[in-house]
Amino acid sequence: MAKVLVVTSGKGGVGKTTSTAALGAALAQRKQKVVVVDFDVGLRNLDLIMGAERRVVYDLIDVVQGEAKLAQALIRDKRLDNLSLLPASQTKDKDALTADGVAKVVGELREQFDWVICDSPAGIERGATLAMRHADVAVIVTNPEVSSVRDSDRIIGLLDSKTEKAEKGERIEKKLLLTRYDPARAARAEMLKIEDVLEILSIPLLGVIPESQEVLRASNLGTPVTLASPQSAPARAYAEAARRLGGETVTMSVISDKKSLFGRFFSRRAA
Amino acid sequence: MNLINLFRKKGSAPVARDRLQILLAHERTSTGRSDLVDRLREEILEVIKKHVAVDSDKVRVKMERGEAVSTLDIDIEIPTAISGKPDLATAAAKLAEMARTPEKAKATDKKSAAA
Ligand SMILES: Nc1ncnc2c1ncn2[C@@H]1O[C@H](COP(=O)(O)OP(=O)(O)O)[C@@H](O)[C@H]1O
Ligand SMILES: [Mg+2]
Repeated sequence: MAKVLVVTSGKGGVGKTTSTAALGAALAQRKQKVVVVDFDVGLRNLDLIMGAERRVVYDLIDVVQGEAKLAQALIRDKRLDNLSLLPASQTKDKDALTADGVAKVVGELREQFDWVICDSPAGIERGATLAMRHADVAVIVTNPEVSSVRDSDRIIGLLDSKTEKAEKGERIEKKLLLTRYDPARAARAEMLKIEDVLEILSIPLLGVIPESQEVLRASNLGTPVTLASPQSAPARAYAEAARRLGGETVTMSVISDKKSLFGRFFSRRAA
Repeated sequence: MNLINLFRKKGSAPVARDRLQILLAHERTSTGRSDLVDRLREEILEVIKKHVAVDSDKVRVKMERGEAVSTLDIDIEIPTAISGKPDLATAAAKLAEMARTPEKAKATDKKSAAA
């Protein structure tokens, strides 16, 4: 049965789009049929992170308004056969995204894919609530930083009240994805620790993605980080998170590619 | 920088944690986020499971917030074949006891009410 997953956070710039692309690609590599859907109308970016910006013809709003068929708007990934993108509109009015229209499109996607991953816009307004509306699972992307944690708490409140599942009195699965984590700074008590964030938000942990330069490199290339540098720390962390989403139990660890000072010096000399 | 500052400079993360804990405890009471509903659902499920086999998604708990009172709507679907068993009365009694929260509780058991 298809699962609808929303990647959400409240705060902007914490890594939702990066995570949508990376988790989508990782699940697709595990032979799942995946579609990533950009709900960030007006500020679409998922196409760029996925490297499909020049292939966008129709978008989510065209489909909602009946201007295009779903099949015409879906963009098949060039690297992974079973990964598709439904882009957002850059120019159209956000209000064109109606609740009924979204329900219909998500319903159709459920029939064609195993995973429907919705990349939420920032904020707690209509765009964000529409993105989470039909979700079975929510991945709450949080940085170890006060404003991000506070906004995540607000979003958890919305997930428990504004989603279809919540309204039916059912439970929406919520999972924390802690991103841009720097274990060294956390060890020096300069940054909130994983346990701190878990204790405050009290939802289960899906994974910890370390702060890494590989993320910027992947976005420069227009390739999800799980494909751009599969051996890098963030890629491995995302791959493990994807396995957990698939129901596997994977021991939690903080994957880091920070070399020791000696290691770094040594590898530079060796290069 | 003077010497005192140099020695006093500790990590700021514990301050962040404490501030967040205080702030969010306050914000949750005003915006209504609490895990009460989640906790109730889990505990209710446990009680029911002691007596009848029930699917976890067949227990629905909903909180309707009103100005003066809120209502708690509990809806449990139980296979008809066993809903006549006396054990169910015990389960219902335990439930009623559990539901004694400040909110007005209303437990509905569709199947047994119909029977
Ligand atoms: N683990 C990470 N390490 C380093 N930079 C990251 C990481 N995750 C995200 N970023 C960077 O943070 C910025 C915001 O990420 P993005 O995914 O667009 O966030 P959002 O969709 O939540 O607004 C981007 O510049 C991205 O490259
Ligand atoms: Mg984004």
